[in-house]
Amino acid sequence: MIRNWILLFGIVAMFAAAMVGLTILPKIVVDPRVEEVDFGNTFEIVQGHAIYVREGCIYCHSMQVRPEGFGADFERGWGRASEVEDYRNLTPHLLGTMRTGPDLSNIGARQPSADWHYTHLFQPRSMLPGSIMPPYPWLFEVVNEDARPGRQGINLPEAYRIPGKKVLPTDEARYLVAFLLSLNQETPGVD
Amino acid sequence: MSTTHFSEIDSSAQSIRFLDEKARNVVLFLIVSGVFWLLFGSLLALLASIKMHAPDWLGQWSFLTFGRVRPLHLNTMVYGWASMTGAGVALWLLSRMLRVAIPMRPYIAGVTVIWNLALVVGSFQILAGYTRGIEWLEFPVSTMIVIVWCILVIGIAAMLMLFNRNVQTLYVSVWYLIAAFLWLPLLGGVSSLPIFNTPTVQAGMNWWFAHNALGLWFTPIGLAAAYYFIPKVIGRPIYSYGLSLLGFWGLALFYNWNGFHHLIGSPLPTWFITISIAASVMMIIPVIVVAVNHHMTIVGSFSAVKYSPTLRFVVFAAMSYTFVSLQGSIQALRSVNEVIHFTHFVVAHAHIGMYAFVTMMLFGSCYYILPRLTNWEWQSGKLIKLHFWLTALGIILYTFPLQVGGVLQGLAMNNPDITFSDTVTMTIPYLITRSVAGVMLTAGHLIFAYLVIRIVARVGLRPAVPESWNPKLEEARS
Repeated sequence: MIRNWILLFGIVAMFAAAMVGLTILPKIVVDPRVEEVDFGNTFEIVQGHAIYVREGCIYCHSMQVRPEGFGADFERGWGRASEVEDYRNLTPHLLGTMRTGPDLSNIGARQPSADWHYTHLFQPRSMLPGSIMPPYPWLFEVVNEDARPGRQGINLPEAYRIPGKKVLPTDEARYLVAFLLSLNQETPGVD
Repeated sequence: MSTTHFSEIDSSAQSIRFLDEKARNVVLFLIVSGVFWLLFGSLLALLASIKMHAPDWLGQWSFLTFGRVRPLHLNTMVYGWASMTGAGVALWLLSRMLRVAIPMRPYIAGVTVIWNLALVVGSFQILAGYTRGIEWLEFPVSTMIVIVWCILVIGIAAMLMLFNRNVQTLYVSVWYLIAAFLWLPLLGGVSSLPIFNTPTVQAGMNWWFAHNALGLWFTPIGLAAAYYFIPKVIGRPIYSYGLSLLGFWGLALFYNWNGFHHLIGSPLPTWFITISIAASVMMIIPVIVVAVNHHMTIVGSFSAVKYSPTLRFVVFAAMSYTFVSLQGSIQALRSVNEVIHFTHFVVAHAHIGMYAFVTMMLFGSCYYILPRLTNWEWQSGKLIKLHFWLTALGIILYTFPLQVGGVLQGLAMNNPDITFSDTVTMTIPYLITRSVAGVMLTAGHLIFAYLVIRIVARVGLRPAVPESWNPKLEEARS
């Protein structure tokens, strides 16, 4: 019976040691650096973050820039090396592990045009012909040309236009784009 | 202190029949549930794989978008197929090795029902967009806790078996299985704690969990099966007790600390990451030790893989374990990680671990266990052979080209003179190859499911001798 308990104790002790080392300690070290920062996240940004999570953007886009000299992140203009304070106090975290698409830490600075983002989200290949990004048509409404007077449809290239129709971004698309545009390392806080 | 020889503990047929009789319903329920999720997960895998090179295919439906199908594929394979079948195999192994009937059988059957329901609910949640958004933990916390609780109940049954056992010595497989049943509920519990839901800290918890789910749950079950089936099928004791001990405690000591090598280059404090890199390299010790132990056990009897379906799958899986672990240790080095991080290389690496090792090991285990539980035979040796070749060649076709493509992708990504869109288009041939491999794997799974249904339902004629690829072999079931 003593052997049983030695085995069980050893198994749990090994686990507990690493748990303290890799979850509790990082929390003690990192949390104080994040707590104080107020990013002034607007309603749109918080909602947009949730839509980014819902659509699984993280499976192709990372949000962590490696330091200069480690990879070519800096040379590609993805911004300076990420800091723990960069994540706008939003969870779940979006560090990501894949770059099937480019890193988005600084996308708000690299592509500040909301119109570009709308068109790209509706049909990525209308902006980038070789892209393998999925389209997100459910973030948009396709309505008749004369419906909703005063609202302009998104600017689609000729090949992707639907005759007699215009494409309007829904609130969800607006939130998502607001979140993307907030990803700008030059201005971490919104006053 | 000597290694427990199987012939000593498995000598009394009467009592083995009794144990299998008691194990039958719960173990079959877990394995059959696992096979269902294997098929569902394969369908999702094909959808996700094809969408990577045909992004507009089925692109108009939000619930079939890549960003939802891909995480559900992972979650159904991990918490459905591999965990359920793994738990079934683990219970059966413990019952055999500890010579005690599986206790709490109605409870285990009950939690298997609940576990399946939780997976159904979780599948709807992810497809509908209610994801937790953390890789390997996409099921919402409430759903995940139910699954962890189900495994905890099965783990309590495992502990009861340990304390009520009818053998003196604990064989190495028992250590691994007991450890797995302690580690997974702990991991699942800790990862569900809200204290880790703060930015960036959550990334650390995320990869600590994800790597340990493989290292502290699937790896121990897989190694336990290898340690059991290799000596069992060839009828020789394991080579060295000392090496077994070193391999087990080495894994327990080092694997726990590996997770942060997924965060190399990230903003988390460098010294945590460095600890994980060191631990990842130290994993070479337990991996080599286990490989030597298995190799020295099987050397001289290697031709048995020609005759035993179980041994063929198990040996393939054990070799994959050695390969994938050594590859993982190398990948953790900063200079290597700089190239392969963020590329398809890592996806292929994960599939060598979860498929070529864990899944193939579970297939091999099922080929041994199911005839003994059902008292029936596999209906077709040819189909088993086809299953093996489709899955073995399929996973090689999946991983090898994709790793080559991943390295090229990584090198291109680190060269700022190459535009980013070129790093995308250059991977497409490899992604198409993966879809082809995925079709082969799925075909293998369909064959396996067909065979499992036939044997569980006891359809067809019962062959006079056990299904084996050697017509002259008169080896009877134990």
